[in-house]
Amino acid sequence: MLQVEHLTKRYGAVTAVDDLSFEIAGAGVYGFLGPNGAGKSTTMNIMTGCLSATAGTVKISGYDIYESPREAKRRVGYLPEQPPLYLGETPLEYLRFVGEAKGVRGSELKRQIDAVVDETGIGDMENRRISALSKGYRQRVGIAQALLGEPDTVILDEPTVGLDPIQILEIRALIASLGKSRTVLISSHILSEVQTMCSKILIISHGKLVAFDAPDALESRLASPGEISVTAETDAASAKALIAGVPGVSGVAVVSDTPERSHLTVTAGTGEIYELSRGIFEAFARGGHALSELGVKKASLEDIFLELTEAEPAGGKEVKTA
Amino acid sequence: MSAIFKHELRSYFHTLTAWLFAAFLLCFVGIGAMMYNIQAAVSNFEYVLSFGCLVFVVIVPILTMRVLAEERRQRTDQLLYSLPVSTVEVVLGKYASLIVLYLVPLAIIAVYPLVFARFGEVYLPTSYGSIFAFFLLGAALLAVGMFISSLTENQGLAAGVGIAAVLFNYYSVSLSEYVSTSAMGGVIALIALCCVLGLILKLLTGSGSLGYWVGLALSTACVALYILAPESIEGLLPGIMSTLSLFERFYVFVNGVFDLEAVVFYLSVIGFFLFLTVQSLEKRRYN
Repeated sequence: MLQVEHLTKRYGAVTAVDDLSFEIAGAGVYGFLGPNGAGKSTTMNIMTGCLSATAGTVKISGYDIYESPREAKRRVGYLPEQPPLYLGETPLEYLRFVGEAKGVRGSELKRQIDAVVDETGIGDMENRRISALSKGYRQRVGIAQALLGEPDTVILDEPTVGLDPIQILEIRALIASLGKSRTVLISSHILSEVQTMCSKILIISHGKLVAFDAPDALESRLASPGEISVTAETDAASAKALIAGVPGVSGVAVVSDTPERSHLTVTAGTGEIYELSRGIFEAFARGGHALSELGVKKASLEDIFLELTEAEPAGGKEVKTA
Repeated sequence: MSAIFKHELRSYFHTLTAWLFAAFLLCFVGIGAMMYNIQAAVSNFEYVLSFGCLVFVVIVPILTMRVLAEERRQRTDQLLYSLPVSTVEVVLGKYASLIVLYLVPLAIIAVYPLVFARFGEVYLPTSYGSIFAFFLLGAALLAVGMFISSLTENQGLAAGVGIAAVLFNYYSVSLSEYVSTSAMGGVIALIALCCVLGLILKLLTGSGSLGYWVGLALSTACVALYILAPESIEGLLPGIMSTLSLFERFYVFVNGVFDLEAVVFYLSVIGFFLFLTVQSLEKRRYN
């Protein structure tokens, strides 16, 4: 469980993280999404005790990261953006050191190392020097390190950056499997990645939390209701009149207009968009004009993301749900 | 702490560093022993150490340059910060491994007086007293070197500054004979010291203005002292230089005196620089 309350970090006049609060609990993969420079890494560094906060608290499984750092850090595994590896060592030597530093000893350490080596699939490489490993394998060693000590919470900062497409798929599959038994928080600025892997998404922009919800819920709750593209076999004026009679229309724009064919874009109101498209279809059927095209364009997560993160810091739209 | 200690020690012996350090130290002391004890047939082993301590100029920076600078360069310092280990434990673990590494060649050196004692009269208390002081001198210099390494992520820079610092310390007494004993010289030296202090403060706290203001305030105080009571700072500069010399206190042991004050001085220097190293690492968490 990870609780962040009113977290603020200032660098001189620059506010990197601005009064951020959220709580995640239970197994699953959580996505931490934001454009570059939104404060993702800063927040993650603070949550794992690598950086101090200007104000606010971070609790890991109930332990405050500043007041009882030892207990808190035992319960969180962290992979920074650049995996912190000793290149001259083999993965086994490296994992042994990290395990010992986390207070795991003897046969328990051996069992845990075997388990994480197995889980991250680095068994074939465990006796090679880390400097000889590919980027994908280094990332896996970094993840293995984070898993030692059996933490409840695992924080991975941009775990797929710089990997080739096959490695990305492998790492994503690995993260998804990790999320089955632990709370995994991953940061990313790639939307599709978070969308496929995460059960819930936190979106931050300019250091503020702008959204926190499941990907589907975000789409339906936050989406601007979407647009319907209509091409009808009549002139724009009569098409417009027909559409205006349908309930749930908030606006109509004419794209092109000829006496025999016109193209319009209908902006939906708050209602269900398919309901609206059905209404338009029926209206044209009653009016006796053929529809040559009726296309529903739902707002994608991409649109929501852009809308949320491109807002100005002061006038930013804030939607916060737990 | 033991995990850090074991990890450091293992990495030293995996790389050339430990072997190079021991080889240098043993080679230098070996040459000294050949010159003084064998060729000149002098029975005092302490003279060898007094000759051998010059080797610290090279070996201390070699050993300490990477201790913390390399962690920072490889970004493994983030791992250390995120592990359930305090900064004090990290610094102590690393320092302890340096000390153990230093004790290995020293244990071999400690056999020499016994060997020589078989062939002539060796006054062992002075020999071993000097070896003990030699150990403390090295330990203090290692603490200084570790602090220097904590300030940068560039190993070369850490080594360069380390060599300069040890060399200056080595020659500070001889240099102090040449510097001015006048009040003017004293005040200039004090101002320079204040500036260095301000700079260290700036590096440690990351706050430029604090460093500048402290440096400026102390410098102003020195100038005021110079104007009001110039006689109080006459001869101050050479005094400071010889007091701060780590090597000078070692020669007292070579002369056959077991100087407790020097032991306390060495321990204080070790404690002070380890404290500074911890602060230097902690500071990075705050900016």
